[in-house]
Amino acid sequence: MDFIFYFGEVFTFTSMLLLIGGTIGGLIMGATPGLSPTMTVALLIPFTFNMTPVHGLILLGAAYTSTVAGGAVSAILLKIPGAPANIATTLDGNAMARKGEGAKALQLSFISSLIGGLFGVFLLIFLTPVLAKMANSFGYSHTFWLAIIGVTVIGSLEAGSVVKGLLSGCIGMWLATIGFDDIQGVKRFVFHPALGGGVNIIPALIGLFAIPQVITMFAKGRFQTDIEQIIVKKHPVSAAFREVFFRKRALAIGTSIGSVIGLIPGVGGQIAGLLAYDQAKKFSPEKSKFGTGHSEGVIAAEAANNAMVGPSLVPLLTLSIPGSPTAAVLLGGLIIHGIFPGPNLFQQHPEVIWPFINSMLIGQILMCIFGIYIASMAARVAQVPQSIMAAIVLGLAAFGSFAVQQSMGDVYVMAVLGSMMYFLERFGFSAAPLVLGLILGPIAESNFVTGSLISTAQNGPFVYFFTGGLNIVLVSIVVLSVGFSFWSEITAKRATH
Amino acid sequence: MKKIIAALAISLIGLSGAAKAEYPERPVLLMIPYGAGGATDFQARIATIPAGNDDMLGMPVAIINKPGAGGRVGWSWFANDAEKDGYTMGGYNVPHFIAQSIKGGVDYSTDSFEPIANWGSDPAVFVVGKNSKFNSMADVIDFAKANPGKLTFSGAGLFVGHHIAALQIEKAAGVKMLYIPNKSGGAGAMKAVISGEVLGGVNNLSDAFRAKAAGTIKILGVADLERNAFLPNVPTMMEQGLDVDNTSVNFRGVMVPKGTPQAIIDKLAEVVPVMFAHKRVAQKMKAGGSPMKIMNRAEVLDMWAKRQTTLEELLKGL
Repeated sequence: MDFIFYFGEVFTFTSMLLLIGGTIGGLIMGATPGLSPTMTVALLIPFTFNMTPVHGLILLGAAYTSTVAGGAVSAILLKIPGAPANIATTLDGNAMARKGEGAKALQLSFISSLIGGLFGVFLLIFLTPVLAKMANSFGYSHTFWLAIIGVTVIGSLEAGSVVKGLLSGCIGMWLATIGFDDIQGVKRFVFHPALGGGVNIIPALIGLFAIPQVITMFAKGRFQTDIEQIIVKKHPVSAAFREVFFRKRALAIGTSIGSVIGLIPGVGGQIAGLLAYDQAKKFSPEKSKFGTGHSEGVIAAEAANNAMVGPSLVPLLTLSIPGSPTAAVLLGGLIIHGIFPGPNLFQQHPEVIWPFINSMLIGQILMCIFGIYIASMAARVAQVPQSIMAAIVLGLAAFGSFAVQQSMGDVYVMAVLGSMMYFLERFGFSAAPLVLGLILGPIAESNFVTGSLISTAQNGPFVYFFTGGLNIVLVSIVVLSVGFSFWSEITAKRATH
Repeated sequence: MKKIIAALAISLIGLSGAAKAEYPERPVLLMIPYGAGGATDFQARIATIPAGNDDMLGMPVAIINKPGAGGRVGWSWFANDAEKDGYTMGGYNVPHFIAQSIKGGVDYSTDSFEPIANWGSDPAVFVVGKNSKFNSMADVIDFAKANPGKLTFSGAGLFVGHHIAALQIEKAAGVKMLYIPNKSGGAGAMKAVISGEVLGGVNNLSDAFRAKAAGTIKILGVADLERNAFLPNVPTMMEQGLDVDNTSVNFRGVMVPKGTPQAIIDKLAEVVPVMFAHKRVAQKMKAGGSPMKIMNRAEVLDMWAKRQTTLEELLKGL
């Protein structure tokens, strides 16, 4: 219960100023496509050079928490996820916005982010030693199977055709193979120097989601008559709270999946939202409503991606291993102040680490308050004429893609993938499974290749990938997940006949 | 209105004077070929903190990151597309870029760049998990001799300092071990050692130093010519009878593209080592557990040339 004694540090004038500034700034950065949590934290680190370690970390903690949640804003209102973590939020969140429930969707997403986020940070506070052991037991084979569990989600992600979902996933996985392969040491599909580093996930994400939107908006804007204006109805905050607590199942699934996935080094929050969304759908009696603007979809996805924030810091703080790109950047921020994470961190630097963790608790609450305030302004965003909005989004998309690594090549990648996606969407393919393929491909591949390499020194690949308790559990989940998809498709067909 | 005209006039005078003004008259970029937050990135940020001081460059240095493919993306951009006017500097990591240029597939080499100064040296060390039965390099080599190809050990990737050290250890001991490159770099390689996925690993001294302080690993040897101040009790490979020199030491420093005017190179070569020696830099580097080694342009040129020869020989058979 040590953390309670360090709240004083957070409630000083400077700390609160940094917390509020970091939260508001983080929400805005998060809502901007391309400015992912990783990048926001990286941009802030130089500013912490001249601060005390406590102040620096409070700023980073607040910004990390709120950028993850801020990504929901553009996901819901524009169908452009602010970061990979918010992909699942677009599925039902944007559908709600189209039905005029944009304000409600935003309120739901911030409230479930708050609950998921608080749960995650409390796990970090109370269960760190246990969780550290769990995080450490995940080897190459386990991470590989986890990625395969993610792949099984691809087919069932959108209401449409399973085959088209799988095909989109394959295109994503192929795109992921482009670039210089560090394990085999070979070039793959590099036709231009700009592709040497592979397809960066952020420009791809922006392009695949934003460009089809922009083209559609411009196309519709040609005639005054067919401009489709999104109406945002007012929604009382208290009703949103009631709704979140009424959807206990989605909330619980989101929070628990987010916490577990966050813990596993190398997988990160990118797929937490999608896995939670998929599970919430499988367990829901109202499966058919998913994808049409169902509140459970938003709640599960957003609870998951904020629940992952706390546990994702466990491997970093206890083993000094950054489990996600954002954690790697935070590690730099800690080291620069002479703070070395490790099992003794909480004994050696309690005066720094507890205020940091506390700032994430307070940051979650501030994030929810400011987020709901932003939701009340959603109506004004929706009043912007579509043709102007299209221009703004196009500008942001180009800026966001360029900003990732100051490369025009990324802007071209964004534009090419986006234009391609516009046509694919006309044939019933969708962006979410494609991006999921792009994310999971490298995780599955590198862990499989590395695992097989290690297995040659042991008892061969079969023993390496299929024996041991954790492997068996994960393989069973894969089998169950695939089996369940087939079973529900068969029963659905019977019901229609 | 008058004020605006006056301001315009002054700025015009400023512009005409600019042609003769001394370099640098605007902020200088420093391209780092690794991601923000990594060791190279944050050391570069620390090393350039005093740049804006009047007795240094008098202008701030802004870091831009161009990560990808183990540095190949950034260095390729730097060799081909960077302006050669002294306003774009680049960070180098030796032996990485030299080894990559020898192995081929990239369009740069030591001839594409002009070194300015070196700020850091991070030797590779051999690490094992804290419960490992190995307590010295001799234990490791004995196991590898008894079980050829069965000793798995991790490192950050192919043709980086870790891999070079791995090749040197295998060559020196005359054994075959199984090097496992890691897609998530040094941190991922270290995790594999800590969780027991691999029997050992080659990693950065600075990261191993922190992991050792955290009590998760043992450090068995340093691949450098002498022991390191951060780890005075860890013997070098040479002390343990392995003929491994400092070829794999990760040297970090600053360079400019070939073709940059000599006057600018001279000015940078004079100022930058002084900047690295600033006490604020030293203090922050020490706090971050990053070993420093400041070398001037002549010393770096010499070091590059030596690495080129050693690496060509080491990588010949591969």
